[in-house]
Amino acid sequence: MAIGEKIATRESYGMALSELGEKYDIVVMDADLSKSTKTDTFKKKFPERFINTGIAEGNMINVAAGLASTGKIVFASSFAMFAAGRAFEQIRNGVAYPHLNVKIGATHAGISVGEDGATHQCLEDIGIMRTIPGMVIINPADHYEAMAAVEAAVKYDGPVYLRFGRLAVPQIFDETNYKFELGKGVVLEEGKDATIIATGLMVPYALEARELLKKDGIDAEVINIHTIKPIDSELIEKTARKTGAIVTAEEHNVNGGLGSAVAEVLCETYPVPMMRVGTQDVFGKSGKPADLFKEYGLTAENIAENVKKAISLKK
Amino acid sequence: MKNTTKIHAYKARKHAITGIFNAASGHPGGSLSIADILAVLYFEKMNIDPKNPKMADRDRFVLSKGHCAPALYGILAERGFFPTEQCETLRKIDSIMQGHPDMKNIPGIDMSTGSLGQGISAACGMALSAKLDKKDFKVYTILGDGEIEEGQVWEAAMFAAHYKLDNLIAFVDNNGLQIDGDIAEVMSSYPIDKKFEAFNWNVITIDAHDYDQIRAAIDKALVPNGKPTMIIAKSIKGKGVSYMENQASWHGNAPKAEQYEQAIKELDAKIAELTQE
Repeated sequence: MAIGEKIATRESYGMALSELGEKYDIVVMDADLSKSTKTDTFKKKFPERFINTGIAEGNMINVAAGLASTGKIVFASSFAMFAAGRAFEQIRNGVAYPHLNVKIGATHAGISVGEDGATHQCLEDIGIMRTIPGMVIINPADHYEAMAAVEAAVKYDGPVYLRFGRLAVPQIFDETNYKFELGKGVVLEEGKDATIIATGLMVPYALEARELLKKDGIDAEVINIHTIKPIDSELIEKTARKTGAIVTAEEHNVNGGLGSAVAEVLCETYPVPMMRVGTQDVFGKSGKPADLFKEYGLTAENIAENVKKAISLKK
Repeated sequence: MKNTTKIHAYKARKHAITGIFNAASGHPGGSLSIADILAVLYFEKMNIDPKNPKMADRDRFVLSKGHCAPALYGILAERGFFPTEQCETLRKIDSIMQGHPDMKNIPGIDMSTGSLGQGISAACGMALSAKLDKKDFKVYTILGDGEIEEGQVWEAAMFAAHYKLDNLIAFVDNNGLQIDGDIAEVMSSYPIDKKFEAFNWNVITIDAHDYDQIRAAIDKALVPNGKPTMIIAKSIKGKGVSYMENQASWHGNAPKAEQYEQAIKELDAKIAELTQE
């Protein structure tokens, strides 16, 4: 796929599953959303290993746990709202407490769901999942990263929460030199005045913000955090020591998500001024994704503004 | 000996009550009501190996009503999964014997449970795995009659019938009582039989303390007919300890020293009587 070409990470999820199904004994589950989560790609190829639970997410998660207890690698798929939201307690008690090999494929995360509105725009899932001991959380930014994340989840023995989007997003990484390492952040651009730490579909906006800031003579570092838990605290501390100001950018409530995770690291290692770009503790609403991004401040311009604020707070 | 299995059930009751007494907390009522079913499963029906608790194609058991762990621990100890003395350390900070079943640390526990309504779903997953791999292991689970008020139980009931999980054999421990009182008054789950029939299950109703009925029901359920089986076991909450029987107040309370002595005396007397027969 060419750089800039657009595809939704939920498509990548379906493609990755059907590729990995050849090599691994994986079972894919869905709760009547396979056409939307794209697990129907796997279903067409491996119908005998695709299990539909109907609209019953709680049951799906514990069935997945039962399957995993017998040695299966299970992907349980739904919208983020109904996976992390509705089935939180099943994930907590049924999967994470016994540390079973269940991967939660949560699509339609964030405000980019668009027209369906607030009930379907999950802006809390990272926060919810982050409180569960032993849960790994991956929020990929583009197609190749999403494909790599699914494979990393297969190879990891234990629960993983994978966050995918509905909206087609541009390819930003070059397949030939892209390497995914679970738990490792990636410095995309070096800088010295401030650092933008972004995740998921905010990564291209972070890169764009860097270009905007250049015009004002500000040299911003850009880091991609695909694994939100365990977070790369070493890299976060290192960049804080280097640039002395941090801005996080995520398609999630600033409470509980990447912004919180980064703030926790900084407080305990090397506190520097910090701003958090994301939804500001509010629900979403219906609208076109691009319009929603503008309304909720998920833009390169807003990231750039926040970088300036963070720099002005430096002592 | 004619009553071997039943004697194990009564010894398991003693382990359960002792653990609860030592911990000064736990759930005696429901533990006592399921002890006989557990004894028949673990001593007569299930393909398991206490020396190899993770044996690949073993039969599985999920205690969906996880709060009755003391009875399960008692039976597992009797069966040789761990020393019976371990039951005395129930709920203690330096013991592996968690208040609810923990599959990570306790030998013989096939699924961590405790949050009601989830165990039956996990049992469905295990049964489905056997179907996918064309293996013939069976999966057993016990639910509470209060537990089936949880909506997820019915999601699982639909699922088990839809996927024709005839290797799944479930029990409802129908002792008629939940924490807040009589289930018929708190939130009636009756008629239980008609509900599961409507969900396309085989349904068998038995006396939970009649060994021949327990055995016959399991044997019938083991004959595959494309449907999961629900055995509605009419039980006595607190069975075996006179003052606990049919008392909702003994759902989640530990006996005091004097009450504990009396319970052990009664259970010992029953064991002696069964040994004599």
